[in-house]
Amino acid sequence: MSDIRQTTLARMREGQSGTVVQIQGGRGLVNRLNGLGIVPGKRITKISSMVMRGPVTIEVDRAKVAIGFGMASRVIVKTD
Amino acid sequence: MGNPNVGKSALFSRLTGVRVVVSNYPGTTVSYARGSMKLGDEIADVIDAPGTYTLEPTSEAEEIAQKLLDSGDVVVNVVNATNLERNLYLTLQLLERGIPVVVALNIWDDTKHLGIDIDRDKLGALLGVPVIPTVAVTGEGIKELVENIPRATSPHTPARSRGERWAAVGGIVEKVQHIGHRHHRWFERLADASVRPLTGGIMALVVLAGSFMLVRFIGESLINYVFNPLFNNLWSPVVLNLSNLMGGGGFFHDIVVGKLIGGEVDFVQSFGLLTSGLYVPFAMVLPYIVSFYLVLGILEDTGYLPRLAVLMDTIMHRLGLHGYAIIPTLLGLGCNVPAVLSTRILESKRERFIAATLISIAVPCAALQAMILGLVGAQGWQYVAMVYGTLFLVWIILGVILNYTVRGFSPELLIEIPPYRLPPWRTVLQKLWMRTYGFLVEAIPIILGAVVAINILYYFGVFNAIANFTAPVVTGLLGLPKEAVTALAIGFLRKDVALGLLAPLGLSAGQLVVGSVVLAMSFPCIATFVVLLRELGILNMLKAAGIMIVAALIVGGILNLIL
Repeated sequence: MSDIRQTTLARMREGQSGTVVQIQGGRGLVNRLNGLGIVPGKRITKISSMVMRGPVTIEVDRAKVAIGFGMASRVIVKTD
Repeated sequence: MGNPNVGKSALFSRLTGVRVVVSNYPGTTVSYARGSMKLGDEIADVIDAPGTYTLEPTSEAEEIAQKLLDSGDVVVNVVNATNLERNLYLTLQLLERGIPVVVALNIWDDTKHLGIDIDRDKLGALLGVPVIPTVAVTGEGIKELVENIPRATSPHTPARSRGERWAAVGGIVEKVQHIGHRHHRWFERLADASVRPLTGGIMALVVLAGSFMLVRFIGESLINYVFNPLFNNLWSPVVLNLSNLMGGGGFFHDIVVGKLIGGEVDFVQSFGLLTSGLYVPFAMVLPYIVSFYLVLGILEDTGYLPRLAVLMDTIMHRLGLHGYAIIPTLLGLGCNVPAVLSTRILESKRERFIAATLISIAVPCAALQAMILGLVGAQGWQYVAMVYGTLFLVWIILGVILNYTVRGFSPELLIEIPPYRLPPWRTVLQKLWMRTYGFLVEAIPIILGAVVAINILYYFGVFNAIANFTAPVVTGLLGLPKEAVTALAIGFLRKDVALGLLAPLGLSAGQLVVGSVVLAMSFPCIATFVVLLRELGILNMLKAAGIMIVAALIVGGILNLIL
């Protein structure tokens, strides 16, 4: 069953919060995001995004992290 | 060891007294530094490792950290107290390896106004190792940390999977950390504005333009009010007297004093050891080294640079890089050597090759820039703008070409953005001193040596022979007098002296522009050459050098046709 509240980090609105559900990517991506604490179950808030598919900035555990657009598109988030 | 940008280098500096560069962005330390400290009666070696989030490395800098781990008896795990959740992941990984650990709970001072309350005793009990709150920048808690290093333990910790480890971290954090009301600081709002497209773009323009103006203002002030008066009023009479004593000419006179111009010392054109040999490094280059590194140090410590990386990301992708490559590029405006080293923060070999090649071709170092501002600036500012404009275009065009031709793909940006901080004056001044001192001890002997060598070679007519041999390229293609080849050859030693060599040739403004651009783009100075060889390997270094020569000749030729 698809959940309408599921979206990607890239498509979230600024200021919106949610919980990471899944990372659709290879080991390399999962590995890099894991180091920064972006793992399934983690609460995150989107702060901003740049124009022209630029990086997305989020807040996770009180730290701010900038993620390239392509990566952000592969992080599935369930919004509040 | 610890996550990036938690203050490992600041702590290392406190423990050992060894000065290392400390900044407010992840990836300041790309290599390691060694020092020693007294531990009771014993002397212990201390190693400052690059930051890493996990023990599964994703960049060269992280790989270095990983390798260093095996050589240590005790790990001082530096943990960012304002972000326990993420930092404890590495702590648990370290404990699972069975390495004795003591935890420094750094940036402890920030927890108060962030409303974070950590029960340090409980944290120590849960982890099974000593936990000491520290503020490395001010020195708070360092004494207690040192006392506890011998008490580092490696409690039996089962190996966990990733999920289990995060769950364990969550369990610990829940028990020891209480988050209360947080006071929003005014610069937190500024923090968010700088990564939004419109406000961020405006801020970047203001910051960069302001920095450039500040560098120029400080540099020119030092030259006009300190160094020029010193040289013209005090030093010039001394050298003139010496010149008379030496008979006003001859082999040794030409080496020591150089050629007098109209019976007077001309510090730019005389080219003797005691004239240009001192004036170029001290009165032309040093003022800009000081002003550039002062402004860069402040920028580094505020935490603005990673935000600039986010803003520049889309543009940098066109060049086959991601936004974070802007940091090595900015460092390159100071000196290409640390800039090429700092490309280690980039993840792939392809990015490192592109970034290092672009830096060594299109990013002029502060020493060269100071000479460009001094010599070309005297002809009018439009010519300085031409030099910078050309180099900027080369940077973009060459980057696009490399992006299409170098195989592989470049990974995307993924960086932590540090909070804004007011730059601690101690670290700013310490960095400024280290970098200025580095220039003094490394550059000045080479500059003096180069001046002597040039004079001797001139005297025996060696350069004339070379000049005649290379005349077709230098005169035909670049439109420079054939003697300019001397400058291009010396450029291999020092770019600032090389540009100085163009001064006595009486070049037109257009020729100076061509000369400056070709010098900036052609072969890097020997120090950069060595670091390129070490970082890229011989094959890629030769590739980069080939691109350099071809690009320099093409661009120089085109400029010659236009101007």
